[in-house]
Parts: sequence; structure tokens; C-alpha cells
Amino acid sequence: MNAKPNLLNPASLARPIQRRAEVKPAELVRKLLLGGLQYAFLILMALVFLVPFIWMVSTSLKTEEYILRTDFIPNPASLDSYVELFETMPMGRMVANSVFVTVTATVGQILFAGMSAYAFARMKWRGRNLVFGLYLATMMIPYQVVVIPQFILVSKLGWVNSYPALILPSIFSAFATFLMRQSFLSIPPELEEAAIMDGASHLTIFRKIMLPLSKPVIATLTVFAFMGIWNSYLWPLFVARKPEFMTLPLGLATLQGSNQSLTEWNLVMAGAVVTVLPILVIYLFAQKWFVQGAVISGIKG
Amino acid sequence: MIGQSSFRRWMWVLFFLMPGLLGLLTFIIGPVIFSLGLTTFEWNLLTPPKFIGFQNFVDLGNDPRFWAALQHTLTYAVLYVPAVFVVAFALALLLNRPLRGRAFFRMAFYVPVVSSWVAVSMMWRWIFNPQYGLLNTLLATVGIQGPAWLFDPNTALYAVVIASVWKDAGFSTVLFLAGLQGIPTEYHEAAQIDGANGWQRLRFITLPLVTPTAFFVLITTLIGSFQVFDQMYLMPVDYAQRGTTVIVQHIVNNAFRYQRMGYAATISWVLFAIIFVITLIQLRLQNRWVYYEQ
Repeated sequence: MNAKPNLLNPASLARPIQRRAEVKPAELVRKLLLGGLQYAFLILMALVFLVPFIWMVSTSLKTEEYILRTDFIPNPASLDSYVELFETMPMGRMVANSVFVTVTATVGQILFAGMSAYAFARMKWRGRNLVFGLYLATMMIPYQVVVIPQFILVSKLGWVNSYPALILPSIFSAFATFLMRQSFLSIPPELEEAAIMDGASHLTIFRKIMLPLSKPVIATLTVFAFMGIWNSYLWPLFVARKPEFMTLPLGLATLQGSNQSLTEWNLVMAGAVVTVLPILVIYLFAQKWFVQGAVISGIKG
Repeated sequence: MIGQSSFRRWMWVLFFLMPGLLGLLTFIIGPVIFSLGLTTFEWNLLTPPKFIGFQNFVDLGNDPRFWAALQHTLTYAVLYVPAVFVVAFALALLLNRPLRGRAFFRMAFYVPVVSSWVAVSMMWRWIFNPQYGLLNTLLATVGIQGPAWLFDPNTALYAVVIASVWKDAGFSTVLFLAGLQGIPTEYHEAAQIDGANGWQRLRFITLPLVTPTAFFVLITTLIGSFQVFDQMYLMPVDYAQRGTTVIVQHIVNNAFRYQRMGYAATISWVLFAIIFVITLIQLRLQNRWVYYEQ
């Protein structure tokens, strides 16, 4: 269906017309009607999924006195809510926190998972299967079981309100190690043998053969880890109590008091836009890997 | 493998393995073992922990808030899982057809999945606002007086379910779509030649061959619905939360508000047990309806 008729080439135009002529008129009407219904449904659903976002952006651009009006196009449109947001809250610091924590934890996760995976996939040592079995077993445990003792550990170390507390617990992932190991196992040993002939060390093989040939898995893991850590709420809620250490979702949650009727919705929606926009931009550029990540998560179940 | 003295070889193994393994031991495996021990203690983090045997489990049985949380979680699962299942499958069926603009629609359905739950919760709180929210304004134009949604303990849970289905359906759609695209087109072509109509092809080819994906979607959405937290914690107003508090929220409340670490750990293990049993039942039941080729 992707092949569009080439207007400059009469032969390519003629073919679809000929084929269409063979279809009976009644069937054609039925098909058109069915196709129209399908489109109508899809467009309706797309609206259902996108209108809340449009509404969010629209509200964030309204001035305070117009928030309660239900027009989609803000008139007058203004960036006042964004200005106020950055003035009344340490939003700049929160953006920086989110970027720093997410990037560090994601890079760390890929690096440490890749290194352990190399030891599991490409080295022979006593107890290897036992240790790997331990990794597999931890994949079954739900996060909620780990979070309380993690919090106790972090608070006993005096790490509440610190970057190590925000970053370290999300760096170590048995699932990422498992996926990287699968990828390394699929790389033909001949490549490695040739490198060894040339006197390459383990470190060279890891950096020059294993990592470059595992790009698809690394890309998938990167977007998945990035998304998870950027959006995470429960863990930062435990360990970041001071605004200086809050990530964006946490800061956004504090914008909203318990009494909803007093909420300044233009401010909250501006905060929501700032929180969602970076991940949406990344998603639009790396769609393929996000979808791959969803499918790959099947192994985790 | 590089041939080396056994000492040097072990040094390399340790070099690659240790950073990840030490981290995992410290932040995952250690805490899991610690948490299991914690279930037999009473500890508020300020005074020394006190060993109380199985008292936490006894307390759990007599804790009306736990039973309420379990009931809210079950209600959520019963509403959320089938809704996600139906919406995602319908969308995947449509996206699997050779339609123009497929990439756009797929993008639109997946945008909520990548967004932060906090931002999405705020967005839906605004939409569900009883007086000025978009939803009740739209309902008013067709003459319906909308409920108080997140302000009413009786409707708050339903509002959260609506937002959750909206946020998560795209994820399962992508999974279903991958499953549908794995069905060889020859099967459909052969059936068409044999005179099977569209409905028959859906019933006898697509449905059986998509059951492995359906099984996976069912397990992940079910597990996810027992672990629900962010939106339940963020969306309903405080007093409406007595109609929505779920298990994970009960864990967080006990750890944070009441400083009962041992009891919070106990609830988390009970949650694990529930998830484990449900997954086992699903695995047992799968050969009744899941169709695997060969």
C-alpha cells in the first residue's frame, strides 16, 4: 500500500484502475463504506487520545482570568504561566535534576549491565550459572518489595536529599543485564577469535566488538530506562524531600494542593507541559525503539 | 576465550562482573532478603527494631484498611483489565489494515504511554473538574449533569480507571499489533480462496493465532493493575481517597505516615504472593485457550 502510483509513468497508473474495474459495484460501495467507518472510528480515537494534550497546552497558554473558559485556542495567548512557574518554583533546578539523574542512571545502567553481561556471555568461570540464576530470580520480585528496605538503606546512609539516593538504586538492573547477555550470545565467536589473534584484550573486545554489534538492544534499553527514570515518581517521593533535589514529576505534584478548586490550572498545566515535552520529543525521534522496547518487555513477564 | 593464567582470568571476570553484581547485591538482592526478615519486626526507624514473630501477618488479617485496599485494587483490576484488552485489540485490528496514516494513528495512541503519570494525573484532574472541567462541560452541552468524579468517593475510582485505560491502552495495542503482524498472510489468502468471509477469518484464523499475545497482554495488565499507585495517589482529592486507596498506597502510608516499616514490608510480601498466585493460575489456565502452533 505504500507504493504510490507514479504520475509520470502511465503504466503504474493503469494497473490499479484495471484492478478496480474487476470489482463489482455493490462490493465497491460496501468496501468504501466499511473503509469510511474504520477511518471515522480511528479519527475519533485519535481525538480521544490527543485532545487532553491539546487541552493541557491550551490551558497553559491562557492568562489567569480566562482559564475557566472552554475555548481551545487561547485568546489572548501568553507565556505568563511559564514565567511565573520558573519564578515561584526552582523549576530550572528541577529540570537540571531530572536531566542529570536520568542521563547518569541510564548510562550507568547500560554500562554496568553490559559489563556483567560480558562476563556471563563471553567468559567461562566457576559458578557462572549460579550467579546468573540469581539475576533471573530477582527479575520476578515486584518493585514494591524492594522499595521499603531501599529507603531504609538510603536513610541510614544519610542519603535522603542527595543525588546518589536518586541515581544509584535505578542503575542496577537484572533485566538489562539479561537482555545484553542475550545480545552478546548472538554475536558469532569467529569475530572474537580473530581479534584475539591480533592480541586484543577483553576490554578491547567488549568495546570494539560487543558494544557496537549490540546497538539495537542498547538503543531499546536506553529509551526504556530513560522513560522509566524520567517519569518515576514513587522513589523520588521517598528520597527527595527538599525542592532542590526534586525531579520534575515530584515538583509538578507539589504544585497542586489538596483543595482542587483553588488550583491555578494554567500553572499546573505549564508544569505538566515542561515535564512531558522532553520525553515526547525523544519519543518522536526514536519511535522505533520505544515500540521495540514494548515488545521486548515481553521477555520480562 | 583468551588463554591466560587462572589468576589473570579471574581478575578479568571480577573486573567485568563486580560493579553490576555489587550494585545488585546492595540495592536489590540485599533489600529483598532484608525485607523478608523485616516482616517479623516492628520498627519505626527511631527506636531499635522489636522482634514480634508473625504478629504483622495477624495484624494484616485484622486491618480493615488492608481489606478495603484489596477490594479497591480488585475492583480496579476487574474494570481496567477487560477495558484495556478490548480497546487495545480493536485499535490493533484497525491498525493492522493497510490504511493511510497508520503511522500517525499509532503515534497518537502511544503518546500517553511515554508521558509521566504525574503530568497525566494533573491533566485528568483538570478534565474531571466537576464545575469547570472539559468533560462535564461537554456533558452539559448534551444535557447531562456530570458527577463530581474525583471529589466523590463513589465515583473517584471510575474516573481513575478511565484515565488509566486512556494512558495504558497504547502499550497493549503495540503488543497486539506485533502479534497480528506475526500471522502469515498466506493463511488469510488461503481462507479467502476457500470462501471464508471477513468475520469467519477473524474468528477462525486471527483470534486463535493471536491468543499467545492476548495471554501475555492479560498477564502484564493484570500484574500492572495490582501494582497501581501513582494515579491513585495523585488523582482523587484527599477525602475521596477512602474510596480508592489501593494496596501499594497502603504500603506507602504505613511506611511514611505511620512509620511502620515491618508492617509495610509485610503488606509488600502479601502483594507479591497475590501476584505470584494469579500468575500461576493464568499459566495453568493457558492451555484451555491459548493456541500455540506446533
